[in-house]
Amino acid sequence: MSAAATRRAPFPANWPARLAWAGLAAYTVYAASLFELTWTRFLVGIDNGARFFDRMFPPLMGKWDLLWRGMSESVEIALIATFLGVLIAMPVGLLAARNLMPAWVTWGARGLIAMCRSFHPMIVAILFVKAVGFGALAGIMALIVSSIGFIAKLFAEAIEEISLKQVEAVRATGASFANVLLMAVVPQVLARFIGFATYQLDSNLRNSTMVGIVGGGGIGATLFTAFQRFDYDFVLTILITIIALIMIGEVVSGWVRRTFQ
Amino acid sequence: MTAAARVWHRFTPQQRLMRYAFYLIAVAALVQSVRTVEIIPEFLEDAPAQIVDLFARMWPVDWSYYPKTVHAALIETLHIATLGTILALGLAFPVGLMAATNITRWPAVRLFAKFILVSSRSVNSLVWALLFVAIFGPGALAGTLAIAFRSIGFVGKLLAEALEEANRGPVEALVASGAPAPTVFLKAYWPQVQPSFWSIALFRWDINIRESAVLGLVGAGGIGMALDDALSLLYWDQVALTLLTIFSVVIAAEIVVTYIRSRIL
Repeated sequence: MSAAATRRAPFPANWPARLAWAGLAAYTVYAASLFELTWTRFLVGIDNGARFFDRMFPPLMGKWDLLWRGMSESVEIALIATFLGVLIAMPVGLLAARNLMPAWVTWGARGLIAMCRSFHPMIVAILFVKAVGFGALAGIMALIVSSIGFIAKLFAEAIEEISLKQVEAVRATGASFANVLLMAVVPQVLARFIGFATYQLDSNLRNSTMVGIVGGGGIGATLFTAFQRFDYDFVLTILITIIALIMIGEVVSGWVRRTFQ
Repeated sequence: MTAAARVWHRFTPQQRLMRYAFYLIAVAALVQSVRTVEIIPEFLEDAPAQIVDLFARMWPVDWSYYPKTVHAALIETLHIATLGTILALGLAFPVGLMAATNITRWPAVRLFAKFILVSSRSVNSLVWALLFVAIFGPGALAGTLAIAFRSIGFVGKLLAEALEEANRGPVEALVASGAPAPTVFLKAYWPQVQPSFWSIALFRWDINIRESAVLGLVGAGGIGMALDDALSLLYWDQVALTLLTIFSVVIAAEIVVTYIRSRIL
C-alpha cells in the first residue's frame, strides 16, 4: 500500500450533486417553456417596459387629496390592527405556552394560531370584506388575524424560554397566578415582546397599503384603480409615498426598540 | 441577564422622558386613528348574519371545480413559486457577492448592492406583480418575475451574511497556492456557504408558495386567478374549494421543507 497508489483526487466528483444540478437545470428549461418565456416575448416586454417607464415619469403632482386620504387610512388601519392584534395575541400566546399551561389548553391556542397563520392577509381580507363590507373595517380585521398569528406564536416561544426560577420564587411567597405573571413572567419577556410588536407594526404598514386591492380600505384601492386606468404617473407617486411611509415606519420602530431596550 | 439588570437599575431621567413620550405619541396616534377611520356601524351589526350566510353559501363545497380549473391553476402556482425561487437565487447570487464585505472591497459597489436589496424588499410582491402585468401582460410570467424580484432582497441579504461568516483559512490557502478568483470562490467559499444557501432557498420557496397563491388577484397567474374568478362570480362553494386547496398546499409545502431540511442539512 504505497502512498502514491492510493492518492485520491483532491476534489472528487460528487455524482449525486451533479445529477441534482442537471435535474434543476432541466426543470428550469421545462418550466420556462411552459410559460412561453421566449426571446421575442422578452423583446416585446422590454419595449412595453420602456413605454411603461416613459409614462411613469415624471410622477404626477396633484391629486394630493386622494393620496392623503388613502395613505392616512392605511396608517390608521395599521395602527388600530396592531394595537388590537397585540392585545388579543397576549392572552392567546400565554395560553399557548407549554410551561405555564396544561396541555389541553395549549392545543386549543396552538390550533387558533396555526389557523391565523396559514392564510395570506389578502385572502383573510377577502373573507372579511364579505363579512363586514367594503372599507377600513375589513382591512383592520384581516390584519388583526395575521397579527395574532405572528405575535402569539413568538410570544408563546418567548415565554417557553424564560427561567422558571423566578416563577418558583414568586410562587413560593404565596402570590396569586396574576401576580406570578406580572412579577415573574412579564419582566422576562417584555423587551422581546416590544420587539415583536414593532416588527408587526412594520409588517401591518406594508400590508395595509395592499388590502385595498380586494376592498379592505386604504391606499391599495387607489393604487389598483390607477393601474387599471393606466395612470402610471400617479402609480409612481403612490409607490414613492408607500416606500417613504415604510421607511419612516422602520425608523420609528427602531426608535421604539431602542427606547425599551 | 439584561432582564434582571433592568429591574434593579432605575432609568435615567432621559430614558423615562423617552418612554413617556412614546406612551403619549402612541395613545394620541391611536385615538386619532379611531376617531377618523371610517367604520360604518350598520355593517358591523350585520356581520354575524353575513358570516353565517358566508358559510351557508360555501357549503357544500363544489368538488367538481377542482378538476375543471383549480388543478391546472394549482400546478401553475407551484411552477411560479419554484421557477421564481430559482430565478431569484440566480439573480441574488451576484448581488450577494457584491454586498459581502469580505469579497467586495469597493464601498461604492457594496452601496449599490445594498440599494438593490433594500428596494427589492420594500416593494410588496403584489406591487411587483402589478408592474410586471403592465409590462408582460397578465399571466404566469408576470407572477414568476414578481416572485423573483421580491425574493432577491431576502436571498441576497442572507447570502451576503453567510459569505461574511465564512472562515478565512481555506480562502487564504487557495490564494497562496495561486488559484484564480473563480477557483477560490468555488473551492473555498462555496463549500462553506452551501448549507446556508440551500437552507435559504428552501425557506424562501416555502414563503413563495404562500405569496404566489395570491398573485392571481392582480392577474399574475396561478391559483389566485381561480379564486378571483370564483369571487367575482360569487360562487362561494368554488371559493371554499380554492381556499381548501391553498390551505392544503401551504401545509404540504411546510412538511416537505421540514423533511428535506432534516434529511440534507
